[in-house]
Amino acid sequence: MAANPQDDLVNVEVDGKAVKARRGAMIIHVTDQHGAYVPRFCYHDKLPIAANCRMCLVEVEKAPKPLPACATPIAEGMKIFTKSKAAIGAQKATMEFLLINHPLDCPICDQGGECELQDLALGYGRDITRFSERKRVVKDKNLGPLVSTDMTRCIHCTRCVRFGQEIAGIPELGTTGRGENMEIGTWIERSVDHELSGNIIDLCPVGALNSKPFRYQGRSWEMTQVPFLSPHDGIGSNLFGHVLRGKLKRVVPRANDDINETWIADRDRFSYEGLYAEDRLLKPMLREAGAWREASWEEALAAAARGLRAAGSATGTLVHPSCTLEEMHLAARLTRGLGSSNIDHRLRTRDFRDAAADPRQPGLGIPLSMVESLAGVLVVGSNLRAELPLLAHRLRKAAVRAKAKISFLDSSEREYRFPVAMQIARSPADWAHELAGILAAVREIAGVEPGVAYASLLRGITATAQQRAAAAALCTGSARAVWLGAMALRHPAAVDLRALAGEIARLSGATLGFLTEGANASGAWLAGVVPHRAAGGIPAQGLGLRDMFETAQRSYLLVGAIEPSADIADAALAARALRSAACVVAVTPYVTDELKEIAHVLLPTASFAETSGSYINLEGRSQSQTGVSKPPGEARPGWKVLRVLGNQLELDGFDYQSSEDVRDELQQIVDANAGAAVPTALVTHHVPAIAAVAGAAELDLGALDVPMYAIDAVLRRSPALQQTAIAAAARRSGGVG
Amino acid sequence: MSETAQAGRGVPTSDGQIFVPGDSPKVALLSEHTRHEIDGFISRFPAGRQRSATLSALHFAQEQNAGHLTTEIMDAVAEYLRLPSIQVYEVATFHSMFETHECGRHHVSVCTNISCWLNGAENILAHCERKLGIKVGESTPDKRIFLKQEEECLAACTGAPMMMIDHVFHEYLTPEKVDRILDDLK
Repeated sequence: MAANPQDDLVNVEVDGKAVKARRGAMIIHVTDQHGAYVPRFCYHDKLPIAANCRMCLVEVEKAPKPLPACATPIAEGMKIFTKSKAAIGAQKATMEFLLINHPLDCPICDQGGECELQDLALGYGRDITRFSERKRVVKDKNLGPLVSTDMTRCIHCTRCVRFGQEIAGIPELGTTGRGENMEIGTWIERSVDHELSGNIIDLCPVGALNSKPFRYQGRSWEMTQVPFLSPHDGIGSNLFGHVLRGKLKRVVPRANDDINETWIADRDRFSYEGLYAEDRLLKPMLREAGAWREASWEEALAAAARGLRAAGSATGTLVHPSCTLEEMHLAARLTRGLGSSNIDHRLRTRDFRDAAADPRQPGLGIPLSMVESLAGVLVVGSNLRAELPLLAHRLRKAAVRAKAKISFLDSSEREYRFPVAMQIARSPADWAHELAGILAAVREIAGVEPGVAYASLLRGITATAQQRAAAAALCTGSARAVWLGAMALRHPAAVDLRALAGEIARLSGATLGFLTEGANASGAWLAGVVPHRAAGGIPAQGLGLRDMFETAQRSYLLVGAIEPSADIADAALAARALRSAACVVAVTPYVTDELKEIAHVLLPTASFAETSGSYINLEGRSQSQTGVSKPPGEARPGWKVLRVLGNQLELDGFDYQSSEDVRDELQQIVDANAGAAVPTALVTHHVPAIAAVAGAAELDLGALDVPMYAIDAVLRRSPALQQTAIAAAARRSGGVG
Repeated sequence: MSETAQAGRGVPTSDGQIFVPGDSPKVALLSEHTRHEIDGFISRFPAGRQRSATLSALHFAQEQNAGHLTTEIMDAVAEYLRLPSIQVYEVATFHSMFETHECGRHHVSVCTNISCWLNGAENILAHCERKLGIKVGESTPDKRIFLKQEEECLAACTGAPMMMIDHVFHEYLTPEKVDRILDDLK
């Protein structure tokens, strides 16, 4: 790289306009930058250059033939013409060739109306064909439950092939045969299984690869496009929802380079089907003398308020970590208004010790965009590709492009499609012991002494070769991170793991990151959806998840799509307490037999895409959305339900007019308490135990590693995702689905 | 990607590093000889570039497998070279010297390009078809001979008409000579 950026610039001319551009840039970069449009199919910002569609041919002075703009580096004095007779002629000729074998089936093609080929054919195509021979026909491939194929439409741009090589790291698709016989496919009958593979639907510029669940469900011009956010993980992926007559028909990515780039995980794309599951709760319901009946909102709310008021401070509230910030704030206010601080969102957490040391807002600690410049990373207890597919993608970029050294401490060796420095696969019972070994090795490598509490702990511990390798990998470069994954956070000795990981991070100068579950766990901490912190992180006192079940409260309030048997760590304990409570109010989008058994009042709420609200992602970024589709039946947005419930309970200040009011109030509380005496990062004096954890050995491993498409109620109800190979493999190994 | 050299199993690469071929059960499909030959090609390329050995590897795999490639043996090559199998399928289906369907073990390709044609290649081809009782693109029922679909100029015009059998050129063909050559194929 030249020292002076000026030296790195060359003078070129684009359509007669003199411009400066970076040496080595391709023509298409320069023309795009200066607003000179060049048509293209195979070129894509995020993919390697292939130059095989030839649509971007432009004229360059002194070049004997038109040149592909995507694959021609600029040179000093180059004169580029994108609209000259020769350029347009070449582009039109290319288009004629592309259309030779392309079927004229736009009227029955799902891509019709949003097709790059259709759009460009309008500008560059002839109005009649000169090709009177037979068009070729290509057999469709079965790529699994997510992607539909119409391979005759393929123009061989190979974007999907390059996606596999470059982004997924596993080429599932390829080009077989040649010339007239060339086909895109898998050669043998197999599905594309990568957790990001749905992105090839967007990449495909024609109708060859499309969304299988969406097939023939609507035309692009009939639908309204509404921006919203992913509710499944802490990335906060930006999405567009396509809505037809109030129903969410399709989800596609909304580009945001800081968060999800142009990609989304398959579960973000296909989970919407779960919105229309059979067991959506459409009307408020009441249980009277053991029998359920539908009720009016007034009746149901009054009954809920009666039950909660009677319990008063003996109320326990659970909020799903994917609820909106507004729902969380209101649930917390409502609970505390009843005189209780028994509230939690950490549904799968088993270890609640050392609560005073909890950071104010556990998260990644660095912006997502910085992940790809990390040099050394230690990931503890995480099935990263399943927990946070797009974080795994960022980490892959760090490993592949920046040669970052990444190691994992995990329960089994998993397949990461990038070079992994070290994978330590041990029973979760031994994780603390492993971390102690890594800590010992880090002490040696970094030459920093751990805190006094660790002196005796580390006595007699010598790092194994594996632990040393992981420590050396972490102590690479200057940007380092230690991450505690969802499996570590669900661990029965999570607090020991946390203290050890925190000490490893401190000694190695790494940022400690918490890969919390749900789309809004960061928001939950700020909104006070933990027993020991009120809104803004103000210290409070109450019972957490396990305590509130062990002490059996009089009433419980469940907010969000919580299915106790699938979502709560100690489901048996929870079921016992819930069953014996005098009143259980569930504010829920779904009604299940289980809920009917434990609840007394069911209040139907909007699910993720149906409500306005905000989420705070793992990097601490707050994003808001408006409702995309209509909640079915009499379901109402959760914040409205809780607001009216607050009115019924005659609590002060429950007169918000919009979800923005709720959010702004919380924001004020958070800002006013920015200096609250609560740690911003983990500072703990907890002395971890490193002996093999009692109880962890017999702990069902499946309970720690929740399968990717079973983490929340919506995903469990999405038929397409449940048919994937990933879900099938999880079911085989005994997971929930 | 495992780059740790394990004693005795690694193949030295052209830049002095060690490549450890895959060792999954599928790899057992490749004979000792085939693996040995593939290793020779792996060692011609730098570490991490073993994909460059795919073409040669497929030649030996096809030879071992009586003249055609099966999905299983292509998978074995992919595993051995630690490549995604689709990348091996791509090479095998692109090049005309690989057969991905069952066919005779000897590949007979008669050149019908201009020089051979002028010297009677059509008669030679017709003679082959008559003698073997099969058309171009077919194999004899005993899977001894495959009359390969396409062959253009093989740069042996001085010896026209010519044909290639399993990478060996036979020139100045006459029907009698063709009879002799074909009868000699085992």
